[in-house]
Amino acid sequence: MSLYILCTVLFAVGLYCLLVKKNLVKKIIGLGIMEYAINLFFILTGYRTAAEAPILDRELAITNFVDPLPQALILTSIVIGLAVTALMVAIAVRLYEKYRTFDINEIRRLRG
Amino acid sequence: MIPLFVAIPLGFAFLIPLVSKYKEGFARACAVAGGFFLVCVSVASVYWIKTGAMTYAVGGWKAPFGICMELDALSVLILLVINIIGFLALVYSAEYIKKRYTSPGLYYALFCLLLAGLNGVAISGDLFNMFVFLEITSIASYALVAFGTEAEELEASFKYMVLGSIASALILFAIGILLAKVSTLNMADIARQLMRQGPGNITVLYCAALFTMGFALKAGLVPFHTWLADAHPAAPAPVSAMLSGVVIKTLGIYQLVRVIFNIIGFSQAMSFIFVWLGIISMVVGVLLAIGQWDFKRLLAYHSISQIGYVVFGIGLGTPLGIIGGLFHLFNHSLFKSLLFLNAGAVEFATGTRRLEKVAGLSNEMPVTGVTSLIASLSIAGIPPLCGFWSKLIIIIAAFQVQHFFGAIVCLAVSMVTLASFLKVQKYAFARKAQNPVAGIKEVPLSMKVSMVSLAILCVGVGLFFPVIINTVIKPAADVLLAGREYINWVLGVK
Repeated sequence: MSLYILCTVLFAVGLYCLLVKKNLVKKIIGLGIMEYAINLFFILTGYRTAAEAPILDRELAITNFVDPLPQALILTSIVIGLAVTALMVAIAVRLYEKYRTFDINEIRRLRG
Repeated sequence: MIPLFVAIPLGFAFLIPLVSKYKEGFARACAVAGGFFLVCVSVASVYWIKTGAMTYAVGGWKAPFGICMELDALSVLILLVINIIGFLALVYSAEYIKKRYTSPGLYYALFCLLLAGLNGVAISGDLFNMFVFLEITSIASYALVAFGTEAEELEASFKYMVLGSIASALILFAIGILLAKVSTLNMADIARQLMRQGPGNITVLYCAALFTMGFALKAGLVPFHTWLADAHPAAPAPVSAMLSGVVIKTLGIYQLVRVIFNIIGFSQAMSFIFVWLGIISMVVGVLLAIGQWDFKRLLAYHSISQIGYVVFGIGLGTPLGIIGGLFHLFNHSLFKSLLFLNAGAVEFATGTRRLEKVAGLSNEMPVTGVTSLIASLSIAGIPPLCGFWSKLIIIIAAFQVQHFFGAIVCLAVSMVTLASFLKVQKYAFARKAQNPVAGIKEVPLSMKVSMVSLAILCVGVGLFFPVIINTVIKPAADVLLAGREYINWVLGVK
């Protein structure tokens, strides 16, 4: 149980970083932390104590095995996270070229 | 037939960047042809699906174990909205993108990717699969908002990405918790497991809260609306039309009602939250819109307000309220995308979207003038245009359940909307220009065609509203009212 709570704490750290930090790069790192917290949570839900890898074998009947579904989902989720992070970094670099800064207090032309 | 909705746009999205380098015009022809085919398929599917659902097991693995796609009347309504607006926006894009932006090939590829993601969300019967399509849509729309790569567009896109990623993270978190609880991802199977466990479970309530937050962020409902007014105006006009007309509804409203009504189960508490989210969005959106002088920004704030109507209507939970909400969703996609295309046409012809800087355009641009007048009157709810009937149904439904405050707010917001759009009409189109600028011409044919078709749809839906309600809206509302009947349609358990 405490592991799940730690996951939520990690998620909150990422969310805090994403919302409060003023630097674009730090915001992107915050997003990364948030994604890792969720990935970790998924993997933990599939964990079983003293279990084996879920490989189908006709000789050995494995009764106690790790749930493979969350692992498969997380592979997809990591790829999606990569795409979002890559796009964000690309846009942050273009923003730097326009404004010559990563500070969001300076990047404020839109308001109202 | 069902996988075609995703396969065609996804296939074109990969093909277009490869071929368009060597062959000019290939991208546009491909995208428009694909869009037209999708419109045909979605109109045909109105006749296939009357009640129940059609399912398709991906790779032959039967549902609850494999990924399944399912098409019911609610999906059909959303598919109609996506593909009609998508096709007309693609037709509009031809001249607009060629004149104003570089690399049209990439634009069409991203647009097809957006369509693939949206269609995928609408037909997915698997929660994680729905999340993947949601992310495809989101990534395509982040990139399309930044397509101009000017300072403002990049800034809006970054803001949109930050809040969009938070929404996706919340949704994924909720999916994880549900998966841990019921060990399945098929939406119908989740609903069945939750029904066996009985109502009032704290974990399920926590998931419902996470889902509501995530989808409300995607829909731009009021406490979560800050990104919308930056992101929607920054995009190219056809993309703004897609974002405001389709994306916030598919990613926000459709997924929210699907999860809440068909999986978790609608209750009094949910109804309360929906109704108040709707009322607050209506009021705050329209108040923020009054003071705007940027044409597209004004429209973006009105989107928040109109989405409030949709959520309010659906949140009432009565058959009439749900019909009104879904009908308003359909109508809003027509008139709001028309207004964004008009704003694009004004910007295309004059180079600015500040309302105080343009004047007397209805002489130089009669088509834009007339179509924008129709759209403005529709959104303000003037009979017999389409916006009037859906607002009327929502207000009657509010009176039926004795929610008088909500009904009065609906009426008042409608008045303020009318005032706001009279301002647009007066400044941009009706008033005499003090010092007329020479050389303002009506927009090219492709842009006129799609604006006129949307205006005809607005008038047509208004005049023949009983037909539309009976063939499209009512079956969709029945899906929501049936609630967990949905399990039997998808899993085929009698």
